[in-house]
Amino acid sequence: MEEGLITIYVEDASGARQSIEIPTDIQLSLMEVLKASEYPIQATCGGMALCATCHVEVLEGNEKYKEATEPELEMLDTLPEVMLTSRLACQMAVQEDMDGLVVRILASEDGGYGY
Amino acid sequence: MLNITEKETIHTDICIIGAGPVGLFAVFEAGLLKMRCHLIDTLPQIGGQLSEIYPKKPIYDIPGYPAVLAQELVDNLARQIEPFEPSFTLGERVESLERLEDASFRLQTSEGKEVFCKVVVIAGGLGCFEPRKPVIDGLETYEGKGINYIIKNPEQYRGKRLVLAGGGDSALDWTLYLAELAEEVTLVHRGSAFRGAPDSASKVMALADQKKINLKLNANVTAILGNGRLNACTIEDKAKNTETIAVDYFIPLFGLSPKLGPIADWNLNLDKNAVAVNTEDYSTNISGIYAIGDINTYPGKLKLILCGFHEAALMSHSAYRIVSGGKKPSFKYTTVNGAPSF
Repeated sequence: MEEGLITIYVEDASGARQSIEIPTDIQLSLMEVLKASEYPIQATCGGMALCATCHVEVLEGNEKYKEATEPELEMLDTLPEVMLTSRLACQMAVQEDMDGLVVRILASEDGGYGY
Repeated sequence: MLNITEKETIHTDICIIGAGPVGLFAVFEAGLLKMRCHLIDTLPQIGGQLSEIYPKKPIYDIPGYPAVLAQELVDNLARQIEPFEPSFTLGERVESLERLEDASFRLQTSEGKEVFCKVVVIAGGLGCFEPRKPVIDGLETYEGKGINYIIKNPEQYRGKRLVLAGGGDSALDWTLYLAELAEEVTLVHRGSAFRGAPDSASKVMALADQKKINLKLNANVTAILGNGRLNACTIEDKAKNTETIAVDYFIPLFGLSPKLGPIADWNLNLDKNAVAVNTEDYSTNISGIYAIGDINTYPGKLKLILCGFHEAALMSHSAYRIVSGGKKPSFKYTTVNGAPSF
């Protein structure tokens, strides 16, 4: 890992992975990074863990990264379906231990977007 | 008091689609120019996402308020626009928009109400809040025929057998409420516990202990059965044990999620699910239709409530020319003319 730079991966429906390089001092959440990278994430509430439109499944690297917060779990609880490693990307601050993280965006399956 | 009208036909100057903060404030700006407004929102209450998603969150960037709770801002806006006597249609979605011969508009809601107006203002935020639906075969077939996602009239469930699904506050609150009314309430939750309001959660657990409701934890509704109308639900637990119970209604309560909705079909110029506008007056490509607040986009757009307020002011002055048949609005400070009203 290059100093101060991490790489995360977004897996699409076909299983293909695209990498995103992020400076660790960026002070953004994963939701903001995904949005900035033009992934179709709505983030209706803007990052308050209140809408679940940034729902992602962590496919790899979950054990390294910190656990979901209580408000996040509470929000996830309202969804019809979640995975074992479901997270709200807005609650995932970009930091070093996120390096190598692989996520799949689930928001569309919740009807969070995809008009 | 809000004037929530049950009239089937409404005539007004401006019809505002969306009763969030920006839609509400547009009533004020229009009112200063003596234009009357009717507002329509899919949610059963005013305030848009402020009331629906984060009523108790403080907002720090409303000019003049060091901090204001979202719901408090909505309540204040409602008070501020009261003198302009806006009317409201709540809990209904605008389904269609039609241009009439005299260039005015006719809108129709999901419940068949008609609004005739000279100007349409789309203040729809992120779109219509629509219920999140679980993935179950044939779900759509029984919508409105035993499956409801939003509880509008609880009396409808008196003496009926209900299955509710969900683990959030609304599932808990409605379980408590309907337990009193309904013949039988079964609450199905995918998780093993409730993280919602602890008070509601413990009340639900107590009702289950007293056998006043059936509580199915670690379970999902996996199939629905019926014959023209819903009559049974199959509930499956984590161990794949299934049970099918007779019901009158299945009410999935998995929260709401915004969708652009029918606006997408009105030939407006769209840019990534937002309506492109001219920043001179926030007009769209269709004369007489404006878009303000989070639903619009233009170079430099910031999705801020305060920007939406500004857009509402400029929109109103432009709309006045249409509503008044070509007159130029006279610009007056509220400090000059005192408390405004009709």
